[in-house]
Amino acid sequence: MVKLDAIQKRLISEIADLHSVPAGAYNFRANSQLAGRNTTANIDIISKENGSGIDIRIKPGTKNESVHIPVVISESGIKETVYNDFYIGEDADVVIVAGCGIDNCGGQDSEHDGVHRFFVGRGAKVKYVEKHYGSGDGKGQRILNPVTECYMEEDSSMEMEMEQIKGVDSTERTTIAELKSGARLVVKERLMTHGSQNAVSSYQVNLNGAGATADVVSRSVARDDSSQTFNARITGNAPCSGHTECDSIIMDRGHILAIPSLEANDIDAMLVHEAAIGKIAGDQLTKLMTLGLTEAEAEEQIINGFLH
Amino acid sequence: MLEIKNLSFAVSEENREKEIIHDLSLTVENGKFVVITGPNGSGKSTLARLIMGIERPISGSILLDGEDITALDITERARRGISFAFQQPVRFKGIRVQDLLRLAAGKNISLSAACEYLSEVGLCARDYIDREINSSLSGGELKRIEIATLLARRTKLSVFDEPEAGIDLWSFQNLIRIFEKMQSEIRDSSIVIISHQERILRIADEIIVLSGGRITKRGAPDKILPELIGKTAPVSVCEKLQ
Repeated sequence: MVKLDAIQKRLISEIADLHSVPAGAYNFRANSQLAGRNTTANIDIISKENGSGIDIRIKPGTKNESVHIPVVISESGIKETVYNDFYIGEDADVVIVAGCGIDNCGGQDSEHDGVHRFFVGRGAKVKYVEKHYGSGDGKGQRILNPVTECYMEEDSSMEMEMEQIKGVDSTERTTIAELKSGARLVVKERLMTHGSQNAVSSYQVNLNGAGATADVVSRSVARDDSSQTFNARITGNAPCSGHTECDSIIMDRGHILAIPSLEANDIDAMLVHEAAIGKIAGDQLTKLMTLGLTEAEAEEQIINGFLH
Repeated sequence: MLEIKNLSFAVSEENREKEIIHDLSLTVENGKFVVITGPNGSGKSTLARLIMGIERPISGSILLDGEDITALDITERARRGISFAFQQPVRFKGIRVQDLLRLAAGKNISLSAACEYLSEVGLCARDYIDREINSSLSGGELKRIEIATLLARRTKLSVFDEPEAGIDLWSFQNLIRIFEKMQSEIRDSSIVIISHQERILRIADEIIVLSGGRITKRGAPDKILPELIGKTAPVSVCEKLQ
């Protein structure tokens, strides 16, 4: 049983592409209250005893199951920090969809700080999708400060897609990952800021075992007077390979600081970083205009494609 | 019908005006295939860009089917039925081949229609339809996709700026076939091509030779070609190698 009002349903559809109750396990949180939960034979969701969050336990060998844990805030003035721990059993193969939507029509700030810890068992495979979205025309700010920690056992793999395209006034995102031998981490971050928004995204990925690999790729667009900082560090402590890339489009009076960094403590660590910041190329606009698009339509297509 | 009347274009160079196109007039009748050729720096590409509205003239006018389009921007000219294939096609991170074809067609085209355009330009649709138009594509692949976007647009006037550059000899025959097909499928459509290639010049209804921003010769291939062959431009690839 999931109880949500119209605004909350709209937020859920924005962050989780959900228009009805999903199949599989889920935990809906609305205005700091539990709004619905379902568990399956293989996936259990348990509230922490101190009420600070939930534990999600996925049995070893669980295949093709999903967990949705969306959070929505539609009241002004809520500030919460939630701790969610995911225990993914050996050889499981699951999709986890998280995300937070804030609608703030009031004058007080609304803030959700989600701390997600993933304990990924040996050989397990996780796809994690996280979307953040804000709406509402109140003066109160919409603030999201997610912390993601991944502890990856041997030969496990994790693909993370993190997206924040609209409406979040302030975000400070921290991602930490520790990888053992043969573990593989792929991060795809998509970020767009507008108005006077500020976003900071930091990564610290430690490749601790032989054959561990990480690929951290961020694409972002800074419009209006918004500001972004991307700070990604990959540390190689073993024979491993790591790649980090941040690619940004700057528009209007935006500000972007990109600080990709690499640290090697092993002679066989192979690490690469790339960073690029630039405005939309004039010949890209011209090309799309020759297809009959206006300049504004061309700009929108280029940004949509870039953040695809 | 495209009419260019007394068109001039200049750029500022070290505080001096340098004229690239000088009082140029020409007419492209409906259903005609016109090739503009001439040495490097003669103003060929500039003329093509002036027709599309990418560059603006300092004087003169451009008419499409009797309407003065000189003051119209690129978008408005595109919507009135002019399309343009760039000499060096642009890359886009994240935009896929099928997205570009959809934008070119101006509507949601089916996947099979998109595939057909790609097959026309000698690309296996299955391999390309989902590819991003980024640096993973070679110059030749980009060039063919560029031509496919013009097939998808189906306009009454298509301008190609050196379409043969970067296209290998195998697809050269295809290229000529595409021009012929475009003209047979779109009633009264005209094609203007900027080219050095003898084989393209041979199939023209009319060759226009530019030099120093002026038309120095114009006429049918059998009249113009003998005068051109043997000079630096145009020459066929084989002659150049010899």
